[in-house]
Order: sequence, then structure tokens, then C-alpha cells
Amino acid sequence: MQARHKSMKAFGENLADANEQLKIINNSNGFPHFDEKFEIVGEGPLRAGKVEILQVNVGKMCNQVCKHCHVDAGPDRKEIMTKETMQYCLDVLANNDIPTVDLTGGAPEMNPNFKWFVDKIKKLNKHVIVRSNLTILETNGYADYAEFMANHKVEIVSSLPYYKKSFTDRQRGDGVFDKSIAVIKRLNELGYGKEETGLIFNLVYNPVGAFLPPSQEELERDYKRELRDNFGIVFNNLYTITNMPISRYLDYLLQSGNYESYMQKLVDAFNPAAAIGVMCKFTLSVGWNGRLFDCDFNQMLELGLIDDAPKHIKDYNASLIEGRRIVTGQHCYGCTAGSGSSCGGATT
Amino acid sequence: MDTYYDPKDLKKFADISEGAPELWKKFNEWYGAVFKAGALSEREKSLIALAVAHAIQCPYCIDAYTQASLEKGADLEQMTEAVHVASAIRGGASLVHGVQMKNVNEKLTM
Repeated sequence: MQARHKSMKAFGENLADANEQLKIINNSNGFPHFDEKFEIVGEGPLRAGKVEILQVNVGKMCNQVCKHCHVDAGPDRKEIMTKETMQYCLDVLANNDIPTVDLTGGAPEMNPNFKWFVDKIKKLNKHVIVRSNLTILETNGYADYAEFMANHKVEIVSSLPYYKKSFTDRQRGDGVFDKSIAVIKRLNELGYGKEETGLIFNLVYNPVGAFLPPSQEELERDYKRELRDNFGIVFNNLYTITNMPISRYLDYLLQSGNYESYMQKLVDAFNPAAAIGVMCKFTLSVGWNGRLFDCDFNQMLELGLIDDAPKHIKDYNASLIEGRRIVTGQHCYGCTAGSGSSCGGATT
Repeated sequence: MDTYYDPKDLKKFADISEGAPELWKKFNEWYGAVFKAGALSEREKSLIALAVAHAIQCPYCIDAYTQASLEKGADLEQMTEAVHVASAIRGGASLVHGVQMKNVNEKLTM
């Protein structure tokens, strides 16, 4: 599969349309609907609890065009959260006990109000996670962002699909591994990834292909050893994340003839213990335009919150958000396969 | 079917139990225990299995243990080295039998 330089949307590809994706993934192909499978858990339908993490997608613009990106992000994407919408998020955070804010994108740093937003969230004494692609931190115009995040005690979570160049560059683009290593060295110099500083730096592994992730614990040991021995790099935790069969990864699965077997693999690997810990139970996702979703994947599929729940962050109402039924689809099998998968890695 | 090997047959593996369910049960328990992490990691065991699959030239096993090796965190470089180990042993096993050829040659010739 060739490297991408623009989003699927820029090329007007069918799969850039969420409805086209849903047509494919919700065509059951003989697989039980996710809701039926979830009944095994014995909790009744999947419902959200108290919101512990507000995950805010501040825009789809990104300096990278990764082959597996579920956001279809890229330099051509213009969807960027406005300061007004950020203020709605701040109002919700000020008035509700939501301890953590998880900023994602695109490259969240590319939102022109990123620093202002982080500063305001920290003033509310919230923990801030930024999902940084690393290479943005050495791009012109962003040279001081690493220091800014260190000064604000921001936790950084970054994808590094493998501890070697080959897999990483195949998924994220030529040269990404070397640039990422250079940035991680700088983050380490700032204290990131070192226990004594309290500056948390976590890495994310995504399988580079149509297979499930390895054991998080075992792979973390390999990553720590290889990155330390070969590059002198340290980090806190490795999160293994399963690729969701949506957007560009869905395109890859279809183009490579792996779609059916990958879905079969996800369904066969359904793990009730992983299903108990799915992140939508305690995470609320906010889109670049303020719309509310059960997770970042539902956001990309434009599956908003269930009927009686508020639709926009400005209408946030804890009593209608907590206890709501989660909107599900066949893609949800991605979070419940094997050891489970979430923005914080395995769930078992 | 116009070939002895059909990838779909791999899914029928468990049907072998029909002739001897108790033996299948014992095989499964033993097989599962063998591949659990022990003194060797699950990835190391998958790579050994992949090498053996090539040595015995079992297409089912090559399919299954390429996938398993990837899912245990191996990459193409590691899997290729494993296949070279199998190939080296197969090639070396042929070559080392040259000693027998030399023994016979020595006995029969002046």
C-alpha cells in the first residue's frame, strides 16, 4: 500500500463518508451484532457511568498522513475547534468533577488556540493528556511546544508503532521514526519519561497490519530494552491499541483483502473481561465542532449520543450524560478483542 | 477442490476430534501449555514454531505462525531470520551427511 500525502476526503474517496463506512461495517456478514455479544457480560446493555475523562478532538489537521488513521487527518483538513467551543468545554470542566482532559486530533498542537486552551484547563486543576505525534514538535512554528507542555505538567501520549524504523515508517511515513527518536530525546532532556520528574510520557503501539496487538506487558519490556539500548531513550508506559475497522484502516483492510478475516478475528477474540472495562463507560468525546460522542471512533463515524442525551458540549447535563446507553456498532468489537483496547491501552 | 491444501481447511482442524475426542482433548491441553510463556517468551516460541513450520513445510503452520509471530510482536526481520535458521539446519543436515559419503568413499576406493 502506497504512502499517503493527503486525506481520503481530499481525494473525494467513498470511504471518507461516514455513512459509506457504516454500510460496510454494519453489514453483519454473519457476525452477531455487538449488542448481542455484549449480553454475555451480564450487565445488560452497554451504559456509561460517571465521566472521568473529557476527550476533546481539537481538529483534524495534522502534519502526518498515517495509513491507519481513524480520523482521516492530514495537512489538508480544515476542521479546527474554535475558541468559543473550547470555552464551552472549559465551562463544563469548571462546573463538573471531571478530573482528566485528553486532547487529541489531528495534531492537537496545530489548533491555533492550543496553548491558551491547555493553560485554561490547567488553571482548573485538571490533568491534561496530549496525544502528540512527536514530529510536530520539531516542525517550524512549534519549537517551544515541548517546553510549554513540560512547564504545564502535561502528560504526553505518542504513537511509535514499533521500536524499529521499518514498521514505524511503513505506517506513519518515511523518516517518521528518526524524527520521533530525535524528539523523544528532547522530551527526555526536559524530564519526560523519568519517574522522578512526574512528567509522564507514554508510547502507543498499533499493529502495522491486519493482526491483533501482542501482550502489552511483554511488548513494553521489549520497547524499554530496545529503545534504551539503541537510542538511550526512556518512557513510562506502553499502551497497545487495536486498530479499529474504520476510515483509512478500513480502506487498507478492504484493499488488502483482509477485511473479512480481520472482523472474524475481532469477533472470535471477544473477551467479556475486556468488555467490562471499555473506555466509553467513563470517557466522553467532544468533536471539533462541539458535538458529543461516546468515543473518538463514534465521532469519526458521526454516531452522536443516544436520542435523549445532549448533542453539544454547550448543552452538557451530567444527569442526562451519566447512565446513558452507548451507541454501538460492529466496530465496537475492536475494543473488546483479546486483552481489550482503549486510549489507555489494554483493558484487562 | 483442485489442491490438497485449502486455507479454509485450517478452520476444520478441530473436526479431527470426531475420531478420537479424548486424544484431541489431551493434544489441545498439551499444545496450549507448550505455547504459554515460560523460560521462553510467547514470541520466542512462536518464532521457533514458524521456523519448524518451514522445516516441515506445513502451509497451515506457516500461515498460523506468521500471524501468531506478528501478534506476539515480531517483525519481518525476526521472522526471516527464523526461516533462515530452519533453512540452515535443513541445508546443514544434507551437507553433514557428506561425512557418510566420505566414509563409504574411503572404504571403497584406493
